[in-house]
Amino acid sequence: MNSREKILQAVKQNQPEPVSLPHIPFFTPPFTNLEQKFTKVLQSIGGEVHRVSSYAEINQILKKEFGSKTIFSSAQELAELMDTGLDYKNAHAFADLELAVVEANLAVAENSAIWVTEAMVQERALPFIAQHLALIIQPQNLVATMHEAYARIADADYGFATFIAGPSKTADIEQSLVLGAHGPKSLLVFLLDREIA
Amino acid sequence: MHKTIAEHPSLADKFNKDEERVNWHDQTLWWVRAKRDKAAHTLPEWEDLRNLASQIKHNVLSNLSEYLVQFEENALKNNIQVHWAADAQEHNAIVKSILQKHGVAQIVKSKSMLTEECHLNDYLQKEGIEVIDTDLGERIVQLAQEPPSHIVLPCIHKKKEEIGELFHLHLGTPAGNADPQFLTAAARLHLREKFLTRKIAITGVNFAVAETGEFVVCTNEGNADMGAHLADVHIACMGIEKLIPERHHLGVFLRLLARSATGQPITTYSSHFKKPRQGQEMHLVLVDNGRSRQLGREDFRNSLKCIRCGACMNTCPVYRRSGGHSYHNAIAGPIGSILAPNLDMKDYADLPFASTLCGSCSNVCPVKIDIHNQLYKWRQVLVQQGYAPAAKKAAMQGMAFTFSHPAFYRMAGKTGKWFMKTTPFVVNNSFNPWYKQRDMPEPPKESFHDWYKKNRKQNE
Ligand code: SF4
Repeated sequence: MNSREKILQAVKQNQPEPVSLPHIPFFTPPFTNLEQKFTKVLQSIGGEVHRVSSYAEINQILKKEFGSKTIFSSAQELAELMDTGLDYKNAHAFADLELAVVEANLAVAENSAIWVTEAMVQERALPFIAQHLALIIQPQNLVATMHEAYARIADADYGFATFIAGPSKTADIEQSLVLGAHGPKSLLVFLLDREIA
Repeated sequence: MHKTIAEHPSLADKFNKDEERVNWHDQTLWWVRAKRDKAAHTLPEWEDLRNLASQIKHNVLSNLSEYLVQFEENALKNNIQVHWAADAQEHNAIVKSILQKHGVAQIVKSKSMLTEECHLNDYLQKEGIEVIDTDLGERIVQLAQEPPSHIVLPCIHKKKEEIGELFHLHLGTPAGNADPQFLTAAARLHLREKFLTRKIAITGVNFAVAETGEFVVCTNEGNADMGAHLADVHIACMGIEKLIPERHHLGVFLRLLARSATGQPITTYSSHFKKPRQGQEMHLVLVDNGRSRQLGREDFRNSLKCIRCGACMNTCPVYRRSGGHSYHNAIAGPIGSILAPNLDMKDYADLPFASTLCGSCSNVCPVKIDIHNQLYKWRQVLVQQGYAPAAKKAAMQGMAFTFSHPAFYRMAGKTGKWFMKTTPFVVNNSFNPWYKQRDMPEPPKESFHDWYKKNRKQNE
């Protein structure tokens, strides 16, 4: 008998009488203004929130903060900031990337986690390897809790996806919080109202 | 053959030599515990979530063999290669065989308590393979050649000056610099180089979803992602109890995990790995290593619900004052003391006794494991089977005799009181494990028995 069969047999023999799954309610969150909650939570975990009304405004802010540094963006509207010299087929080429800008379409107010899927980034490593990360999210794509988020992505297919809440951080040295452990040292979030085409 | 392992009281003694450090350790962990309380109180449905999590896990344990088969089937469809390991030895051999197949002798690893449990690092090192732990806390204890002392805060026992010294020796930072910001920046550079050059990355698994064949890894640093996304081969290792039925159940567990662990609303990254990226190889090792046995022990089965948040350690008055290393097991603290005797009753017979049974652990546990009850039950099993730790055995035998001989009990009570009053030094010495770091209570003026006799007479 191989290990697979051995394990399955032992588990089967030892598992208790079947118990059914509970129903998971949504729960009513103790807040009503999603945008306010999201902003407050993100700020409390080291993120920066900008309320903007157009890509032009984002463009302006990024130009001021990052100037001519190496930038990758998934948004067409920010193409002029893009560094065209990068080899976007190779994740390792992102090692020197200063800023990655990614558009996302789901975020959770209760914990300010933003859902980023493989389809939104050129390479899975991108949002982790860049020195700084900017995420663009439209306020109408905010949900209150994780339950609602999973209701939206229940059947979604992806190879890789992640919730990102704040910049990479560690508190391993005497519990002092330090931003920028391995991944982005800062997270900028742009809350952008849907632009009228 | 059993190696002789020092028992918890003597290891705690070592930690207790430095009183200032004990106080600092105690206060730091209590501070983390307080942050957990604050986070829990922001959610009106906290208790409902704990109940739901516990019920979901109960369903998992009662259908585990079915979920394992379902998960495997879906993971294979997703192009993940699935391996089964009956024990630590087999787990390590599987990992080695993958490394050998690719001719790789240097790898990066993100935090995984399972690989600690299997002593993977030692094993690979003996095979000439270099493992770099990439979680900052784990890297620090690795440089110090120590095991982690806490499952969430691996180097919580270390002062920043000691870390500065380690970095000076191994990473060439200036002597005497102990600034956390500076040291973290140095580690960032050091580890980035490893992420960019290592071809194989190992990660742990927080949750695996039977319905979709995906697995979720939670970190604050992003080290699991840096490793996995930059490597040609990703090996994920998980205990079979980490399964959950459906994707949306993650909603319950992700709401509980980080809040219980550190008081954060969620970890920075909650990464869902479903398929290998183009051109990448993804392996998943399912490990039993005693879990199916624990599943069969009705009294201890619930310990398999653990999601490794560490809350029970942060709140435990014994853990906080004795340090993680005193548990001589990969998983320290209250939950480790339940899991360890399942692995080896003789080697870990002392651990269920390393608790005051105050119940604080059970109160904070996000999946409502009856931790202190299980510790109490282990004590009985261990004594019955003759594995009780030496010092406890003598005391317990005395107690058993005393309790079954009422006349002797009354006499012993009187004698004990007389001893404590007249010769406190006999009781307040190191032969009495209860005297460690505390003074014995003043003996009551009269025994309950005497008091009862007197009062009953008065009331009659
Ligand atoms: S036993 Fe409960 S409190 Fe302790 S680590 Fe596991 S889940 Fe957390």
